[in-house]
Amino acid sequence: MSAGALAIRGGSLADGTRADVVIIDGVVAAIAENAEIPLDAAVLDASGCIVGPGLVDLHAHLREPGNEAAETVETGSRAAALGGYTAVVAMPNTTPTIDSASVVNLVRQLGERAGLVDVYPAGAITIGREGRQMAPLAEMAALGVRLFTDDGSGVQDNRLMRRALEYASALGVTLAQHCEDSSLSEGGVMHEGAWSSKLGLPGQPAEAEELMVARDIALCRRIGSPVHFLHVSTAGSVELVRRAKADGLPVTAEAAPHHFTLTDACLANYDTVFKVHPPLRTEADRTAVQQGLLDSTIDAIATDHAPHTPETKERSMLDAPPGMLGLETALALALTELSLPMPRLFAVMSSGPARIAQIAERHGELGIGRAANVCVIDPSERWEVDSRKLASKARNTPYAGRVLQGRVRHTVRNGVATVKNGQAQR
Amino acid sequence: MTARHLLDIESLGRDGLDHLLTLTDRFVEVSQRRVPKVPVLQGKTVVSLFYEDSTRTRLSFETAARRLSADVMTFSVSTSSANKGESIRDTVETIEAMGIDAIVVRHKAAGVPWQIAGWTGASVVNGGDGWHQHPTQALLDCYTIRQRLGGLEGRAIAIVGDAKHSRVARSNVDAFTALGADVTLVAPPTLLPASLDAWPVKVEHDLDAVLQRVDVVYLLRMQLERQEAGLVPSLREYSTFYGLTDERARTLRDDVLVMHPGPMNRGVEIGATVPDRPNTVITQQVANGVAVRMAVLFDLLAGGVL
Repeated sequence: MSAGALAIRGGSLADGTRADVVIIDGVVAAIAENAEIPLDAAVLDASGCIVGPGLVDLHAHLREPGNEAAETVETGSRAAALGGYTAVVAMPNTTPTIDSASVVNLVRQLGERAGLVDVYPAGAITIGREGRQMAPLAEMAALGVRLFTDDGSGVQDNRLMRRALEYASALGVTLAQHCEDSSLSEGGVMHEGAWSSKLGLPGQPAEAEELMVARDIALCRRIGSPVHFLHVSTAGSVELVRRAKADGLPVTAEAAPHHFTLTDACLANYDTVFKVHPPLRTEADRTAVQQGLLDSTIDAIATDHAPHTPETKERSMLDAPPGMLGLETALALALTELSLPMPRLFAVMSSGPARIAQIAERHGELGIGRAANVCVIDPSERWEVDSRKLASKARNTPYAGRVLQGRVRHTVRNGVATVKNGQAQR
Repeated sequence: MTARHLLDIESLGRDGLDHLLTLTDRFVEVSQRRVPKVPVLQGKTVVSLFYEDSTRTRLSFETAARRLSADVMTFSVSTSSANKGESIRDTVETIEAMGIDAIVVRHKAAGVPWQIAGWTGASVVNGGDGWHQHPTQALLDCYTIRQRLGGLEGRAIAIVGDAKHSRVARSNVDAFTALGADVTLVAPPTLLPASLDAWPVKVEHDLDAVLQRVDVVYLLRMQLERQEAGLVPSLREYSTFYGLTDERARTLRDDVLVMHPGPMNRGVEIGATVPDRPNTVITQQVANGVAVRMAVLFDLLAGGVL
């Protein structure tokens, strides 16, 4: 589809300078105040808005193939576009698992067909995410997969993780770990602490996460192959990553919005919408994650968007699946709850994750001559999260009823508006 | 008017506890009549929804409901048939469609009574949720102590055993302390909750020392699976250090009450002859259970007005 000419007029860049952005045939042609706009250009009004690079999510569960009742690549892509995203890394815990070239191709095609965001499948580290045998990393890397993870669980076996990192080091890919030592976390449905003790729910101690972070840092130190830490949630994990970075190790980390906005106290009424892995932690952990985002210990905000049907969430705290929606609220939560300067906001929501996903050629930066992936944010719009109005198929947002400040006005992917005035275009 | 529930002890508070315990006196009297039945809940329907087998608790609730002349429905969901395919909400909505006034719920997962209370217009009574709360057990225990000792104010109570996995421990700590008792938990650290920071209790590990200065010894059931999970080296070692063995029981003052929520593991947490000791009040606890549950159902469904 030819994009033609598109102009985003009247906004400001992240650094505050006023600029119009002119896009021709999917490429940014001009960024300047009062830029010359071609007569045939479609115009998006950005007055009062911040114009930045399209957001990049390192961590979304799009559920297709296998659980299309909860989400499809199309509905997840729509949610992403509405959230300001132009690129999404799709987690491999589908059915079948993304652990072979054919499933990589399938998810990629579904993404192209939906046509709302660039969908980059992540591959599994082990076959079926079972933690026993390495998946064909080279076969998937040859197709362009750059991020591998068994997300949903961590690779438990030390030797297997060592071998996978060694094998990956020749492929130029990154292994991303869901850090959770299952022997310590098994059966735990929330953070282990004062609240789990009061509520009588089995807990997962912080150390279940931190031990695996520490192990992978040790392996990374030895092997030198990059490691990305998914959804770090404890103060201890943040500190381990901080020290590893100070030592110059090639480690990166992401944090999920719920870990910098919510705590384990949210579970007081046993609402399963707050059940998530890693679990909501203490106030001290929440603050540490925020600090990590401020001081660049944490490189990215990643949604861990995890749709579940109402029926599955209407089970008990022990039986309900973990996970919550994130794509449509992440940006507004970051704007509302974090006091990040705008350039830092785009660093953690766009350029940082784009670098980790190795898609920085197309995403993460707004610049002349680059692919036109753009996000236009109205920072003053206040809106109430209404779970019934989400584009996602599922309804399991923990923020229903919350008033947030800042909303996506337009999203442009590859020169085409996927969202105009807050409405998805397909 | 929204339905009233009995979900936990905390929300009852001291006044709520006193009110229900006083109300229980009247139903103890009813239970002693030749025909132990009153027509106060005629036309009301009480459902027992037990996702976890507990014949004694279920029978106690159902007996209480019948003695109040309520109709009783039993919805027994065995662990195997409560398969993961059906949502609890669907089950509750189905039952509610039959026209009911109260649901007594027992579930292996903490919090299910709260979830159900959000989905039904009926009153919900927590009949035990996971490791969390068992409020009618706490009420009957308080009632029993009050009967024998006159009250709980200033009394020293040791709760001995697996508090970590115990709804009885959680609700009894709340109830005993709300009524002014001084509570000590005695257990190996592996059987204590991860954090006791907010709990108004003392913790000790030397049972013999504690036994010398308490008015009530409350024993918790010790399950074989705790040994299997590696929380204690063996039941034998547990019994040696934390069991109220026959020998240990002989060191107790005669007036010290020994209590247990049942079912007992004789020879593990309680010595074989301890149940037969004069001030071991385990059967009295069971007897009071029916009257306490009558008081609870009456209070919720008849608004407490005779």
